[in-house]
Amino acid sequence: MSTATTTEDQVRFFEIEEHEHPEGASTALGFWIYLMSDCLIFAMLFAAYAVLGGNYAAGPAPRDLFELDLVALNTAMLLFSSITYGFAMLAMARGKALQTQLWLLVTAGFGAAFLWIELHEFAHLIHIGAGPQRSAFLSAFFTLVGTHGLHVTFGLVWILVMMVQVGLKGLVPANRRRLTCLSLFWHFLDVIWIGVFTFVYLMGMLR
Amino acid sequence: MAVSHLAEADPIFGRLSFAALPLHEPILIVTFLAVAAGGAAGLYLLTKFRLWGYLWKEWFTSVDHKRIGIMYMILGIVMLVRGFADAIMMRIQQAIAFGGSEGYLPAHHYDQVFTAHGVIMIFFVAMPLVTGLMNYVMPLQIGARDVSFPFLNNFSFWMTLGGAVLVMMSLFVGEFARTGWLAYPPLSGLEASPDVGVDYYIWALQVAGVGTTLSGINLICTIIKMRAPGMTMMKMPVFTWTALCTNVLIVATFPVLTAVLVLLSLDRYVGTHFFTSELGGNPMMYVNLIWIWGHPEVYILILPIFGVFSEVTSTFCGKRLFGYTSMVYATVCITILSYIVWLHHFFTMGSGASVNSFFGITTMVISIPTGAKLFNWLFTMYRGRIRFELPMMWTIAFMLTFVVGGMTGVLLAVPPADFVLHNSLFLIAHFHNVIIGGVVFGLFAAMGYWFPKAFGFRLDPYWGKVSFWCWLVGYWLAFTPLYVLGLMGVTRRMRVFDDPSLQIWFVIACLGAFVIAGGIAAFLMQIYVSIRDRERLRDTTGDPWGGRTLEWSTSSPPPDYNFAFTPVIHDLDAWYDMKRRGFQRPAEGFRPIHMPRSTGAGVILAGLSTLFGFAMIWYIWWLAAASLAAVVLGAIIHTFNYHRDYYIPAETVVATERARAMQMAATAAAE
Repeated sequence: MSTATTTEDQVRFFEIEEHEHPEGASTALGFWIYLMSDCLIFAMLFAAYAVLGGNYAAGPAPRDLFELDLVALNTAMLLFSSITYGFAMLAMARGKALQTQLWLLVTAGFGAAFLWIELHEFAHLIHIGAGPQRSAFLSAFFTLVGTHGLHVTFGLVWILVMMVQVGLKGLVPANRRRLTCLSLFWHFLDVIWIGVFTFVYLMGMLR
Repeated sequence: MAVSHLAEADPIFGRLSFAALPLHEPILIVTFLAVAAGGAAGLYLLTKFRLWGYLWKEWFTSVDHKRIGIMYMILGIVMLVRGFADAIMMRIQQAIAFGGSEGYLPAHHYDQVFTAHGVIMIFFVAMPLVTGLMNYVMPLQIGARDVSFPFLNNFSFWMTLGGAVLVMMSLFVGEFARTGWLAYPPLSGLEASPDVGVDYYIWALQVAGVGTTLSGINLICTIIKMRAPGMTMMKMPVFTWTALCTNVLIVATFPVLTAVLVLLSLDRYVGTHFFTSELGGNPMMYVNLIWIWGHPEVYILILPIFGVFSEVTSTFCGKRLFGYTSMVYATVCITILSYIVWLHHFFTMGSGASVNSFFGITTMVISIPTGAKLFNWLFTMYRGRIRFELPMMWTIAFMLTFVVGGMTGVLLAVPPADFVLHNSLFLIAHFHNVIIGGVVFGLFAAMGYWFPKAFGFRLDPYWGKVSFWCWLVGYWLAFTPLYVLGLMGVTRRMRVFDDPSLQIWFVIACLGAFVIAGGIAAFLMQIYVSIRDRERLRDTTGDPWGGRTLEWSTSSPPPDYNFAFTPVIHDLDAWYDMKRRGFQRPAEGFRPIHMPRSTGAGVILAGLSTLFGFAMIWYIWWLAAASLAAVVLGAIIHTFNYHRDYYIPAETVVATERARAMQMAATAAAE
């Protein structure tokens, strides 16, 4: 220690005046990474669909099953829900809790409509004997679209929980952080759906 | 329709009945009695010494990365004993099942043993040990006080444990898969495996896999976001770099495993046709998908171990690591390459010459960055003052052993050679060569190296050396014969043999397994002796080896908050730099420290998830629905808890630091 020169005396080895670290500083990054891992699950399901999508096993093909009008309506529901979620985030940025809750409610409404239409489609397919057990194509179709639907269901539950939590605590930093994560999640599902719509439905009709 | 079997299950107990208990298998009954007696004794002792409250408050609900790391290590060591019991059973069976003898294991049991051995050793020994190590060491190396998401860390551990519980349960309730450790369909499909074995496999891996993925995300965030000021990416310790790459691999591959197992479950539960041989299913797609996870998985295990060897070599040679930058780039190259080699596991599938060549070449290319690493370690040793402490001995044993495993790997990467050696014992010898000679040796090096940091006393070197020599000699004795047998064309997973000329090789291999058993016993003895003689082995300096990275700058064991003041980093080998420049430990100005609060939510949610897995395995639908609902509800309730942190008061910090200063002064005076 006695050998330390003046320049080395100035070197700091510890933060003496420690500043507060904002809570949840890693949350956005962590949630992004989680979304990418989720994206990988979808990538696998898309890959499975790409491999098996033509294996009709002498059963119905996309052209026999899909109704593009219904799918277009469904897509519209999900896209609208993304816009309204954006409005919820704008309301949050202005610090208006009630408005945020209302837009969340509208978003949940569109989300529920999407799910209802999807379940309707599934029920119809199963009814006419085109269930997931019919062929590898239908297995892959139901799993890919159904996994997306499960995510939307999870998102709906989350939206409802957030409405309650915003009601209880207001737009505290923790709730803002959660709403931001939910926003990422909800838009992510939209992106995935664009893939499903294009890859499964539109291209399926061309096959 | 394939779904009908689901409805046949009893509405209350599902498929579960007294027939599921293996009362007709004497080996299992004896095992069960031993486990039950041991378990009861353990529970009795815990109750007698009133340790339940302590364990619950200080360990099970703890979000401290150090405690969680230690719990991972304990899990890994316990499961090592189980996985090894399977190994030695196989070796004995193969050594005696000659000349018309059926050996002592019936086929039904033997097939479960080799499946369980592989699954346990990879998922519940190697993974917990590696994850535990990263959990314990990495935050200390980057000067952090905990990980990014402390609650998730606790939850991840309990999910891993939940998976292990399911595997262990299959030993006594029902049975385990008889498919080999990757459960290829159509063998793992419902038609060929209608009983609970494959379902145990699926749900054990799913429950543990959730934990692994979350822990991967957590540790990436920690490394990216929580490094102490001054620690740029190229000033991170090598172990932290390898931990980063490994966790990137975890996040990039475990979702694939999750997805492919979901597809297999759908085939088994819903009657879909992903991997069936009928109605358009494609079994080879399963093999592709599972190896897209499976190959990176072996790099997930070895990369942090490369980090361990780097730390150990540089510490015990008293030199800065040779070629730090090239070491980092080599690690990153391996991370990327490991993702594009998976097809070499099934060249024989017949993908054609072009595809096979591509994957053969990418596989061989991996040996280049790996070779660079070896030369870096050698050049670090060159002209270093090498201290032959145990971690260094393991490192040298690793270099000598691993190189052979690496070269046989390159040999297997040549597609024409692989057509001859595919699924032979040569392959078995190769991957045990790299996993034992690499991962296991490295884990022993790491445990010897960081044990004094975690507990404040060293491991006893005598028993450590006994263990070391048993492992090293035992490994070569057990697996060299397998190379020979593999070259002669003997395939893996055989239960009986016709050709009596092969027996001598299996007898030698069995002998080797017993020598390794001695190594494991000596290791357990080493832990016992070290705890008994902890005063003799005590280290009060916090830096017993003359370390170079930040974990050695704090006390052993470190306080809850790791560092009273956040360190500021100026150089690679930050602690060496601090010592060299005569740093002064601040003696005053302590402040309250912000820390995460313990929570029982992780134990509860993981317990419910495990229960859900159990209910699904046995078709107990009401329980599955109830436990799943409870998991969702429990998670939601947990989010209503907004008070997840607290402050360690400044007085506590002052008292802790003062005690440490006095201890160090006393040590200095004694010397």
